[in-house]
Amino acid sequence: MALQTNKPLNGRRRGQSKRDQATLQNGVVWTITAPFALYLADQTLRRSSAQVRSEEAKMLGIVSRKVLGQSLGRIRPAVWALRNYSSAEKQMTVRDALNSALDEEMSADPKVFLMGEEVGEYQGAYKISKGLLEKYGPERVLDTPITEAGFTGIGVGAAYYGLKPVVEFMTFNFSMQAIDHIINSAAKSNYMSAGQISVPIVFRGPNGAAAGVGAQHSQCYAAWYGSCPGLKVLSPYSSEDARGLLKAAIRDPDPVIFLENELLYGESFPISAEVLDSSFCLPIGKAKIEREGRDVTITAFSKMVGFALKAADILAKDGISAEIINLRSIRPLDTPTINASVRKTNRLVTVEEGFPQHGVGAEICMAVVEESFGYLDAPVERIAGADVPMPYAANLERMAVPQIEDIVRAAKRACYRSTAMAATA
Amino acid sequence: MALSTSLRSNLIKPLTALTALSSTHHLRSPFSSSADDTTVLTIETSVPFIGHRCEPPSRNVETTPKEVLGFFRDMALMRRMEIASDSLYKSKLIRGFCHLYDGQEAVAVGMEAAITRRDCIITAYRDHCIYLGRGGTLFECFSELMGRQSGCSKGKGGSMHFYKKENGFYGGHGIVGAQIPLGCGLAFAQKYSKDETVTFAMYGDGAANQGQLFEALNMAALWDLPAILVCENNHYGMGTAEWRAAKSPAYYKRGDYVPGLKVDGMDVLAVKQACRFAKEHALKNGPIILEMDTYRYHGHSMSDPGSTYRTRDEISGVRQERDAIERVRKLILSHELSTEAELKSIEKEIRGQVDDAIARAKESPMPDPSELFTNVYVKGFGIEVAGADRKEVRGVLP
Repeated sequence: MALQTNKPLNGRRRGQSKRDQATLQNGVVWTITAPFALYLADQTLRRSSAQVRSEEAKMLGIVSRKVLGQSLGRIRPAVWALRNYSSAEKQMTVRDALNSALDEEMSADPKVFLMGEEVGEYQGAYKISKGLLEKYGPERVLDTPITEAGFTGIGVGAAYYGLKPVVEFMTFNFSMQAIDHIINSAAKSNYMSAGQISVPIVFRGPNGAAAGVGAQHSQCYAAWYGSCPGLKVLSPYSSEDARGLLKAAIRDPDPVIFLENELLYGESFPISAEVLDSSFCLPIGKAKIEREGRDVTITAFSKMVGFALKAADILAKDGISAEIINLRSIRPLDTPTINASVRKTNRLVTVEEGFPQHGVGAEICMAVVEESFGYLDAPVERIAGADVPMPYAANLERMAVPQIEDIVRAAKRACYRSTAMAATA
Repeated sequence: MALSTSLRSNLIKPLTALTALSSTHHLRSPFSSSADDTTVLTIETSVPFIGHRCEPPSRNVETTPKEVLGFFRDMALMRRMEIASDSLYKSKLIRGFCHLYDGQEAVAVGMEAAITRRDCIITAYRDHCIYLGRGGTLFECFSELMGRQSGCSKGKGGSMHFYKKENGFYGGHGIVGAQIPLGCGLAFAQKYSKDETVTFAMYGDGAANQGQLFEALNMAALWDLPAILVCENNHYGMGTAEWRAAKSPAYYKRGDYVPGLKVDGMDVLAVKQACRFAKEHALKNGPIILEMDTYRYHGHSMSDPGSTYRTRDEISGVRQERDAIERVRKLILSHELSTEAELKSIEKEIRGQVDDAIARAKESPMPDPSELFTNVYVKGFGIEVAGADRKEVRGVLP
């Protein structure tokens, strides 16, 4: 792919005046600094590819150490588009990751179709399905009326027949209108029919709290759907997660609940060429260790993974090395990975945005108690949303969802490093 | 509730004037007509069809002696199966819910006569006879009802969850009204796949008030889906009479902008005509509603005697005046398609088949305990699952 420094294809974003920017058609944002690009071009011309790769690896090492110390959202690592490089670092937003995954799966399998409110002509309420109507036509990208029970039932019926619907809920709060079809018509059918009626459907959309949208639009449904046999429940964090898990979900022959996060849609993450390949797929039921550590295990999913990573940086300054597990899959839960981590660190903090009672953290705690009780050196700590409907006022809303300092405090408690506890002794 | 009065004279006097071919039938001996598939009989339905936003089909239905005798046999089999299930339930071999269809057989049988196995049917929980009509066997039915592994759902579904996907039968659903959007989804998929087939989504007068019906119907009409909504109006939603549940019990009109047809659901030929008409309509013009005026002799389910909200006189009145099997019997005898004795021997044969299937089903084994963990997913990735005591019973999802 050629380096294009002078002619941005999609126009510059505001605030990018110091950098040249080229946006390729698949939405990958390449950001380079001119002097660095010139240096690389010069080096490539002078050295053999093997030498250049080892140089690049060293440079990557420098770059990656820097990345860990800063918020991922702000970093735009330098990228290079020289044809000889196989391990270039690119950036992609979660939105583009989802869009490209949908596009590729629809292209690969004519049975895949998308339905939901505003997915077609409006280009998607959050622009996730941008361009798909134009590319695939109104028979495969269907704008539905605002009738969740009806269109979810229609989607499940189409899946019974053998099509592969992707049903979008504008937010998962509205899935409650259709929850009978998700649970009773989709999740249970393969079992009740002893394998005759399988339901290869994906239900996707934003889940959990956004910003200032109030109580009826902020609930997290991970625990509810995660408890239901017959469903698979996934929740991506990064763009790699978004692409890999959505592709896996669409290819999976079972009903999958795909819980996205509205606030993550615009976030950019580094993404490798392997992830960009149209055959890329992540396994369902496997968590990812985002950051290795020795002292305490912190589990999280979706937006909270970002918070946990930032908490890990803060904890590192206090000499606590936190291992961050990005669950990726709520059901099946990767209990082997979680247990292995707890057996290593002996301490556990679970983090989620949703309501605490009967939540994901409660399940993880029990799974660890069942398998690794002897390895725990401290009680399991749980960070979750407040046990109240989501308030609107900004200060109250801030108190109703976990913040980075909450995760830090809980991790310190698990490590018996909490000063407050010492004071009350 | 108004009982439709069908005049016996309609059955005894076939309209021979309308077809030249039928004049030959009285020259044949009765015994040869049982296999006769070539003679065309034209029979008038008991009552005319009533249309809503559509021109109703003709009251004159073409059929053959073979088809009519087939109707008799199929309906008698369904009737006997349901009555036998009643006894099995009372002797506690069938557990949980058991919703019996006896009285409504003409709807299942008439529909099958008008469609192919590539058309789809989906219904609610009163599904035993629909399953039979779609090619299920008595043995599979009774095994499933008794929870044996030879059942159509391997014993894991039960009375309300019979399926036969390869023959276009998609269940068997326990949640009232849910099958309607699912049926519209099947129709959507048929149109998407360009199969030129239709889906019949069946529901009762109780489900006719469900919101999701109107949501699905709206989309079916918007997208011209080949969906036929069939309201089996047996006039009672569990214990609630239709006039207490619906402000407008004219269910064939409830689609508003969607055409509808009211049909005598106790007349198998009328049902056949209506379903044939509806299939043609749906393939060209999108959804249509059929209201089948029918009746169930049993209560809502085996837990319901069925006589607290309706009089025994009403039930016996329908049995005498409108019974679907009796109507076909009179048709057969009046047209000399068979004899009284032959019909009785068919019924005796059916009794034997049912008893035999029950005996075999009683002997067949319960599912293996390992089946607890099968079919949760199509692709289980070898995930571990547990029974009630997680330390005691563990399984792996295949």
